[in-house]
Amino acid sequence: MSEPNNQLIHVKNVTKKYFRDRLEIPVLTNISLSVPEGEFLALMGPSGSGKTTLLNLIAGIDRPTGGQIIVNGQDISSLNEKAMAKWRAQHVGFIFQFYNLLPVLTAFENVELPLLLTNLSKQERKKQVELALTLVGLGDRMRHYPKQLSGGQEQRVAIARAIVTDPTILVADEPTGDLDKNSAAEIMTLLDRLNKEFKKTIIMVTHDPRAAEKAKKVMHLDKGELTN
Amino acid sequence: MRILKLIIRNVLRHKLRSTLTIIGIAIAVMFFGILRTVVDAWHAGVEASAVNRLITRHAVSFIFPLPYSYREQIARVPGVSRVTFANWFQGIYIDQSQFFARMAIEADTYFDAYPEFIVDKDQLEAFKRERNACVIGQKIADQYKLKIGDVMPIEGDIYPGRYEFVVRAIYKPRDEKTDATQMLFHWTYLDERLKQDQPTRAGNVGWYVMTISDPAKAPQISQTIDEMFKNSRAETKSETEAAFQQSFVSMSGAILTAMNFIAFVIIGVILLVLGNTMVMTARERIREYAVLKTLGFTKQHLIGLIAGESLAISILGGILGLFLMFPMVEGIGANIPQGMFPIFDVTRTTLILAGSSAIVVGIVASLFPIWRATSMKIVDGLRQIG
Repeated sequence: MSEPNNQLIHVKNVTKKYFRDRLEIPVLTNISLSVPEGEFLALMGPSGSGKTTLLNLIAGIDRPTGGQIIVNGQDISSLNEKAMAKWRAQHVGFIFQFYNLLPVLTAFENVELPLLLTNLSKQERKKQVELALTLVGLGDRMRHYPKQLSGGQEQRVAIARAIVTDPTILVADEPTGDLDKNSAAEIMTLLDRLNKEFKKTIIMVTHDPRAAEKAKKVMHLDKGELTN
Repeated sequence: MRILKLIIRNVLRHKLRSTLTIIGIAIAVMFFGILRTVVDAWHAGVEASAVNRLITRHAVSFIFPLPYSYREQIARVPGVSRVTFANWFQGIYIDQSQFFARMAIEADTYFDAYPEFIVDKDQLEAFKRERNACVIGQKIADQYKLKIGDVMPIEGDIYPGRYEFVVRAIYKPRDEKTDATQMLFHWTYLDERLKQDQPTRAGNVGWYVMTISDPAKAPQISQTIDEMFKNSRAETKSETEAAFQQSFVSMSGAILTAMNFIAFVIIGVILLVLGNTMVMTARERIREYAVLKTLGFTKQHLIGLIAGESLAISILGGILGLFLMFPMVEGIGANIPQGMFPIFDVTRTTLILAGSSAIVVGIVASLFPIWRATSMKIVDGLRQIG
């Protein structure tokens, strides 16, 4: 079966089961979807529906029990751990609900972290980090530590860290889940801008209908199955 | 460089915890070093032994004397190039706490057998000429501020009576292993006094010291000497100087074993202290490790981060411990009688052992946290509440 050329991500008949002792817990059942380049996809669904699991599989931080996940022509299900780590570093930018910044590093140093895995010189890294932080509106907070920033600012640092390597896809797991209304709106505006202005492909898991409104496409999961 | 910076910042993240751990390691390393120094001091005599010297003593115990008449017979044994002898005198100088070796020796030959005692030629001649003269080690001269011509009054205990010795020579140690805490005087002076006061004890020596031309022949020569005096009124036991010194060490064998055991228990304590810190650290940071893995950092990076932090703490503790060890050893050395442990210094081996213990502990303490961080699934780590 041939795929349309502009499809960046193909999820083919993916199942995911967890095992607790001898108990088998199905999380995803026979999921298939395609995401075109430049898409902004929101995955919604009740807690335990499997949306974060699906996001983790697409982002290469978990492995499917069955099926295939192809991103940008690469079957990531077949990669070994080391190759997968390298692939993630090159192709995926992560935005977490709780920001997950390292508290001992400044905003600049947190954003610089993924670049340490590249061959860029110190000067090149500095340029990239400054660009990313300026893009998220924190050009004046580079030397601040996470504890010196508000929740919204921390999430913007996390977004800068996610985009600094210019990844193929951005994955965001409840990016506004820990923020107040205004900060959440700012973050969603920023993600919207990244999608529209910089053509970033974004897959976002959210409970928040207001956040989902910014997405071009919304998919619903329930009990491990896509419902639309 | 950022990774190194991250290690340093992680060490400083919980300043109180890291400081207490570093101090704990430092104290443990310091005590390890002190105990090793005490054990080394016990063995110093063995270490300083010459391979070409044999000792012949009474077969039962060195506290029993041997007849002076054995001297000529021993000198005739093939392979023996020189014979001299000594006799433990002890006595009380100033008071009973002032302990150092005080021995009667054969003045004409003793220093030929012990070239590690460096004596000025004129001083040695002066010593040989005067019956009640004595030679003292440099450390004894320094400790009691004695100089040539001073009188050392000693109250005999094993050999009762008051003895007055005139310092005619001060010997210097050839190297750091040489004991510079001895006081040596004419055996003939002691023997003359015994002939007057206790004639039955005269004509005896404590032990003979033989210089042999070929150290490889030590067993045969020892056997020949002992065979010679078999079934006599004073049977002998001949052995190398190292074995002779070792027999003194063996008397304290249980204490030394206990000390060695405690020294290694201390290493175990350091391991527990640092291990506890590192386990707590890893548990708190499991989510951060998961984030780093998510970003593409590999197992090797995590191993570097965790082992680096563990090693940084253990090395800092080790260095601090080594710095504390020297003044402590010096202080202890200054407060024990000079003659009890003639050599009481931190040896290179102790430094290496203490330093490498800290490094090994740093590595071992990081193993469990490394295993935990590297075997953790990213999704499980991200779920962890820090």
